[in-house]
Amino acid sequence: MKIITAIIRPEQLDDVRSGLESYGVQGLTVSGAHGYGRQRGHTEIYRGAEYTVDLHPKVRIEVLASDDQAYDLVDIIVASSNTGSAGDGKVWMVEVYEAVRVRTGERGVAAI
Amino acid sequence: MNTGDTAWVLVSAALVLLMTPGLAFFYGGMTRAKGVLNMMMMSFGALALVGVLWVLFGYSIAFGKDVAGGFFGNPLEYFGLEGLLDTGKGMPLVGTVPALAFVAFQAVFAIITVALISGSIADRAKFGAWMVFAGIWVTVVYFPVAHWVFDFNKDSNGNATGGWLGQGLGVIDFAGGTAVHINAGAAALALALVLGKRKGFGKDPSHRPHNLPLVMLGAGLLWFGWFGFNAGSALGANGAASFVWINTLAAPCAAILGWLIVEKLRDGHATSLGAASGAVAGLVAITPACSALTPVWSMVLGLLAGVVCALAVGLKYRFGFDDSLDVVGVHLVGGIFGTLFIGLAADPSAPAAGQGLFYGGGMELLGKQAIGAFAVLFYSFILAFIIGWIINKTMGFRITSEQESVGIDVSVHAESAYDFGGRVSGSFHPTSSPLPVPHRVDEVISADEKVDA
Repeated sequence: MKIITAIIRPEQLDDVRSGLESYGVQGLTVSGAHGYGRQRGHTEIYRGAEYTVDLHPKVRIEVLASDDQAYDLVDIIVASSNTGSAGDGKVWMVEVYEAVRVRTGERGVAAI
Repeated sequence: MNTGDTAWVLVSAALVLLMTPGLAFFYGGMTRAKGVLNMMMMSFGALALVGVLWVLFGYSIAFGKDVAGGFFGNPLEYFGLEGLLDTGKGMPLVGTVPALAFVAFQAVFAIITVALISGSIADRAKFGAWMVFAGIWVTVVYFPVAHWVFDFNKDSNGNATGGWLGQGLGVIDFAGGTAVHINAGAAALALALVLGKRKGFGKDPSHRPHNLPLVMLGAGLLWFGWFGFNAGSALGANGAASFVWINTLAAPCAAILGWLIVEKLRDGHATSLGAASGAVAGLVAITPACSALTPVWSMVLGLLAGVVCALAVGLKYRFGFDDSLDVVGVHLVGGIFGTLFIGLAADPSAPAAGQGLFYGGGMELLGKQAIGAFAVLFYSFILAFIIGWIINKTMGFRITSEQESVGIDVSVHAESAYDFGGRVSGSFHPTSSPLPVPHRVDEVISADEKVDA
C-alpha cells in the first residue's frame, strides 16, 4: 500500500481529479497549500512600495493506492497536472503500513 | 433665522459625521487583517470621546470669548452648551442659523481631525493610551487652533475678537486645511516618531493592505461627507456653497488622474489604492482653497496635489519613520500645498475674495498663508510630541512585541475581524460565567507582560 502526495496548480485540480476518477479512484483528500520552487514570485505595488510575494497558492492532494496501481496513479497525476511551465508542482509516494475504514473497520487494501 | 440655511447646515453636519466611519473603512482596509478592528476602533473611540468633550467644553474653548490673549476661548462661557439653548428669549444665532446647528457642524470637524491622526500609528498603539492622547490633544491643540482659524466672533462695535489667524491676520482657510489637515498631519508625524516603527516596517510583506475594496468604500464615503465639510462651511444654502461644491468635485477628480499618472509612469501600474489616495489628496488640498479658486484653478491644484502626494508618501521610507497609512504624505503635505496654493491662485471674484500672486496680489497673501500653515504645523507637532512622549513614559503607548505578533485585534480588543468558517476547536462561555483563565488571550500570549490596553 502506498500514499501518493501531489502539490499541483489549483487550476489543474479538476483535470487531475477526472483523470483519477476515470481510472477508478473513488476518493481523494484535497487541501490548500503555499510554497515556492522554481516559479518566480509576483510583485504587488501599494503607494509606490513594491512587495514581492514569493509563496504561491497550491493545492495538495493525497490519495491511497494499492501497490499494483500506485505507479499508474502517479503517471496519471503527472500527465494531468503538467502545463510545461515552472510551478507545476511535485508528486511523491511513500509506503503505508496500515489503513482502516472508520465506518466498517475494514483494513488494508479493502479500506482504500 | 433662515430655515433653508439651517437645513443645509444640519444635513452637512450629518454628512461630516459620516466621514469618520468612512475614514475607519479607508484606514481599516489598509492595515493587515489582524489589525483592522483596532484601526477602526481608533476612529470610533475618537468619535465618542471628542463628542462628549465638545458638548462639555470643546465648543466653548473654540468659540468662547478670547482669553489668554486670544490663544483660546473661555472654556466656561458655554460649558455644557449653557447659553446657547432656547431660554424663552429665542434661540441664539450664528449668522443665519441657530447656534446649536453651528455647534453640531463644528463638532464633527473636531471628531474627524482626531481620527485622522490614528493612521500613523496602525497596529501598535494601546487603545487606552490612544484615548488619553485623543482627549488631551483635542483639548490643548484642536480646540485652540479651531479658535484661531474658525472663530469669526465680533464685539458689539463690530471689531474682530478671536480668530487671530482667520479674521485677524486674514489667512484664507475655508474649511480646515490648517485646523484639520495640517493639524492632524503634524500630530500624526509626532506620534509616528514617539511610537517607533512597526515590527518588520519596510521589510515584512504582510504589512500590505488587506482589503482594498474597504479602502475604496471608505474613500467614497469620505468624499460624500466632504461635500458637507466644504460646502457646509458656507453656513448657508447659497451661491458660495454651490461654488465650493463644484470645486470639491473638480479638484479630487483631477487629483485621482494626477496620482494615477505618477503611478503609471513610475511603477508601471495604475492602482486602486492610488485612485482612492488621489481622491483624498485632492479633497485635502481643496479644503482650505475651495472658496478662493475658480473651478479651473481648483483642477490645477487637484492635479498637482495628486502628483505631489503620490511622491510624498515615499518620504517615510527615505527618512525612516513609520507613518503607517501616510497621514503625513497625504494630509500634512496636501494641507500645506492647498493652503499655500491659495496665495498663488486666489481669484478676487471668488467668494473668499482673496488676491493671489497670479491675480496681481503680490506676495502678501502667500506670506499670510505660510504663517497660518506653519504656525499650526509647529504648534501641533510640538504639543503632540510632548503629550505622546509623556504618555509613553508613564502608561506606555505601545503594545508588547508579543501582542504585535499575535495581532492587535485579538490581543487588545479580544476580537478578530474575519471568520470564514474554518476549523474551530475550543469552548464557549456565556457572559454570566467568567472566562476560564487559560483561554484569556493576554495570559496565553504573555503571562509576564500584562498590558492594560
